[in-house]
Amino acid sequence: MTAYIIRRLLYALPILIGVNALTFVLFFVVNSPDDMARMHLGGKRVTDQAILAWKEDHGYDKPLLINQSREGSAQLTDTILFEKSLRLFVFDFGQSDNGRDISHDISQRMWPSLAIAVPTLLVGLAVNITFALLLAFFRASYLDFWGVVICVGMMSISSLFYIIGGQFLVGKLLNLVPISGYDTGVHAWKFMVLPVIVGVIGGIGSGTRWYRTLFLEEIQRDYVRSARAKGLSEHLVLFRHVLRNALIPILTGVVVVLPMLFIGSLLTESFFGIPGLGSYTIEAISNQDFAIVRAMVFLGAVLYIIGLLLTDISYTIADPRVRLD
Amino acid sequence: MPSSVGDLACRPKARRELRTMVRKVTHISVALKSSRLSRWCRQVLVLSLLSMLLVGCTDQAWNDPYRAGKAAGTVFFSSFPERPKHLDPVRSYSSNEWAFISQVYEPPLQYHYLRRPYTLVPLTAENLPEIRRVGHDGRLLGDDAAAADVAYTDYVVRIRPGIRYQPHPALARHDDGSHVYWPLVPEVLGRVNALADFEQTGTRELVADDYVYQIKRLAFVPNHSPVASLMAEHIEGFAEFMRASKAAFEGLDKSGSSEPWLDLRTLAMSGVEVIDRYTYRVRILNTYPQFVYWLAMNFFAPMPWEAERFYQQPGLNEKNINLHWYPIGTGPYMLTENNPNLRMTLVRNPNFHGERYPSQGSAQDRRDGLLDDAGKPMPFVERAIYSLEKEAIPRWNKFLQGYYDNSGIASDSFDQAVQFGSGGEATLTEEMIEKGIQLSTAVETSIYYTGFNMRDPVVGGDSERARLLRQAISIAIDFEEFISIFRNGRGEAAQGPLPPGIFGHRAGRTGVNPVTHQWRDGRVQRRPIEDAKRLLEQAGYAQGRDPKTGGPLILNYDTPAAGPDSKAMLNWYRKQLKKLGIELVIRATDYNRFQDKMLKGTAQLFSWGWNADYPDPENFLFLLYGPNGKVESKGENAANFRNAEFDALFLKMKDMPNSPERLRVLDRMIDILRDESPWLFGFFPKAFGLHHGWVENVKPHLMAKNTLKYRRVDGEARVAAQQTWNRPVLWPLAIVLGILVISVIPAVIGFIASERSRAL
Repeated sequence: MTAYIIRRLLYALPILIGVNALTFVLFFVVNSPDDMARMHLGGKRVTDQAILAWKEDHGYDKPLLINQSREGSAQLTDTILFEKSLRLFVFDFGQSDNGRDISHDISQRMWPSLAIAVPTLLVGLAVNITFALLLAFFRASYLDFWGVVICVGMMSISSLFYIIGGQFLVGKLLNLVPISGYDTGVHAWKFMVLPVIVGVIGGIGSGTRWYRTLFLEEIQRDYVRSARAKGLSEHLVLFRHVLRNALIPILTGVVVVLPMLFIGSLLTESFFGIPGLGSYTIEAISNQDFAIVRAMVFLGAVLYIIGLLLTDISYTIADPRVRLD
Repeated sequence: MPSSVGDLACRPKARRELRTMVRKVTHISVALKSSRLSRWCRQVLVLSLLSMLLVGCTDQAWNDPYRAGKAAGTVFFSSFPERPKHLDPVRSYSSNEWAFISQVYEPPLQYHYLRRPYTLVPLTAENLPEIRRVGHDGRLLGDDAAAADVAYTDYVVRIRPGIRYQPHPALARHDDGSHVYWPLVPEVLGRVNALADFEQTGTRELVADDYVYQIKRLAFVPNHSPVASLMAEHIEGFAEFMRASKAAFEGLDKSGSSEPWLDLRTLAMSGVEVIDRYTYRVRILNTYPQFVYWLAMNFFAPMPWEAERFYQQPGLNEKNINLHWYPIGTGPYMLTENNPNLRMTLVRNPNFHGERYPSQGSAQDRRDGLLDDAGKPMPFVERAIYSLEKEAIPRWNKFLQGYYDNSGIASDSFDQAVQFGSGGEATLTEEMIEKGIQLSTAVETSIYYTGFNMRDPVVGGDSERARLLRQAISIAIDFEEFISIFRNGRGEAAQGPLPPGIFGHRAGRTGVNPVTHQWRDGRVQRRPIEDAKRLLEQAGYAQGRDPKTGGPLILNYDTPAAGPDSKAMLNWYRKQLKKLGIELVIRATDYNRFQDKMLKGTAQLFSWGWNADYPDPENFLFLLYGPNGKVESKGENAANFRNAEFDALFLKMKDMPNSPERLRVLDRMIDILRDESPWLFGFFPKAFGLHHGWVENVKPHLMAKNTLKYRRVDGEARVAAQQTWNRPVLWPLAIVLGILVISVIPAVIGFIASERSRAL
């Protein structure tokens, strides 16, 4: 397995280089270094000299991809792409374009993201599995039919509706929890309640349907028929056999999203005022802060690759028949 | 408000509640013990009950976003929509940043809080600066000297002795006078994650050197001050200092220092001089009467050199401990918590020199209770907590719940908050009045205009045809309607480039723009569309037809408003020109491309705005001064307007003091603009602000940002209101729970039936 992991990590390198190059190209198709300078220097009294000085100071005064004024390898290395990208591979994110240390910001902002994302995932998982089992138990009945209809309805509603509706109902009409905001330490709990509830409810539709499909697939297997033939009651069949076997795709599906929990949710964090990495990325995009955008995309790619690797490894743990060679 | 069982026990009522609560929990525990539930289940139930009872027994509302006990004090609660980028006064130039640093930094001058028109008064200065105009022969000139005769102008500022900085680690000293945190030892650096983690702080007296040091910082290129190029035109030796300090800094960088700090004190700026410990002089080339306004801005606030040296130490910047995030000043407040992703907290500066609430104001101010605190020492508020609130809906709802003391009014909430009377006056709705919310309005010292690119061959230039076309369009685009539809009435149609409150603005009949409006029935009315059609015909575009093509005249409107929200507004613009038969093509793009078009001069019609730096007509009319053309010199004249007479009058006007003669010059300049119509003057936005009844001394001030010190807050009234408005409503939860239980019953019955049927 070690060889497999090393091989996968080596495969990751060209992927990361590609992701980084793509981010770079996409960003600079929309923005030029001059645009970035104007954005950071403000709308008033911005002179050419000020733009030039800003670009010099932030290393944007060089050519983007190829430096025609240099010779040899310096044509490629003395460029913005190379200078801004190389340090990423040792996780040195440097400073944002407005002077803040990105690594420090990430280390501060990942905790609020996790504080919302982890309970949402765990509670959501429990709720979705429960509902899915219920629907599977009453399969082909009116409960199953209406359950699926409700799930499809819930899937069709925008997550923004759940957020605004949740804030209005729970925070404003019922006055049960703060509408938005965040606090540190133990004081954070009351700000977590509503985003977690909204996140869980928003995910019930798709989650329940997905898990129901998995359970129904398992229910039709021969071993389930054998279990029933042995005289096991239906709930024992469901919990002992179906749930255990259906857990393999559930587990792998969960493992793949685990690293992404760090990145946070863009919408939820923005509307609930959670100072996490999701809102960090949104701010960076709107402020045209390439340093942060690049760092967050790179981090997202790394975490996604780790997630996929962990998924493969979790297969071997969940299903002994799987071997990573 | 109690925050723990310990706090509860301190009050008789709370003690009774606590006893009852403990009794109830004991009863329930005993009852559970005798039940058949497992031990684990019993423990969970008891703990849940206990926590619910604890929450229920505190005075704090469940949805209170602050920690218990905060609301009762003299604390001001507000929000900010986006995190500030820079809090260094040398760099900061936006209102959301000034909202914080203006409470911390103190330039020598400030605006009088109550007096209108806006008037400068001393802040840290003893008096307004002494202004000495010196002729080319070295002789002192009088106030009425012609600008051409003035070689330079000296501004001599004398600050008050005894003013001290806020407690700050950069100023902490040992007994021997050496600084505690310079150089910073690795053990200390390892312990520190925020400025508050430094155990020792110190202070020192404010001296003239600190103001001079800050002016040098403005000129230091790596600081990227937005006003550096402007100051280089006016302050003697500023441009030379920019070059010299940059060269010195680069030399330092090459010498291999990992964190180079250039001590700007070692370099001289010829136009800025310390005269004595409390007096300094700034020499302005020729004249620049508007310079005095800059002395009321944070750019000219003092900076102790120790602070800059402290923050430049290796390791601090990596922890975001730098001058951009931790200001140091002499003002009434100091920034004790700077978490721009969450919350900013200003706390009263214990070393504040003291200032008294103004005693002079208008009769209306007295009626409004704005003079009730006259002569009392400020600040009144001990602490101000600003929470990051990016979205308008939660911000508005939290204001209505009493968790923010003030709020603007977003378009979505406007009808809920404000209604217009028969006379067009804005009043609050019943809902707002019931809550004791107050409304304050003021016309901003800003303008939103639609410009013609004067370099364009169709709409630009000084030909009669183009001039008449611009005039016709100026009549057709009905900004009164625009304000009503898109601004909820929050604006005033502009008759010229100068907003109310700026010298040169004329209200009423004398202020009417005769090209677009007329005075009828005692009020200003837009000219009928027939007048515009007539002008269009004179221009050679009868019924909006282009004689070259025979088809409708096609004009292009460039805008960065590309989102779906702007669609209605852009359609409205199209409809306005349709009234003349002109086809308007909307060229929506992103802001970067829009800026690019403006710089290249490829736009035809566009909309833009300007917010005044200071209350002087020069700060608006320079937007149309020829040499400031966007294409020619990348200046602020986006219309690229150039008119010889206007430019000559501008040069004359900008150096004049406010006087009848200056007013005559301004009248002539505005007449030229009306006739040439390089702008559709658009509108002056009206600021609508709301605040709760427990906040006192609120008067909109569009120039001053250091207004927190004037605010007074009644914390007890706030707590009472919060408790009344935010009682938790639990019955819908019970109904939901009931529905869930009812809906589960058939499932349970079905489950049991299914189990039994298989068992048989």
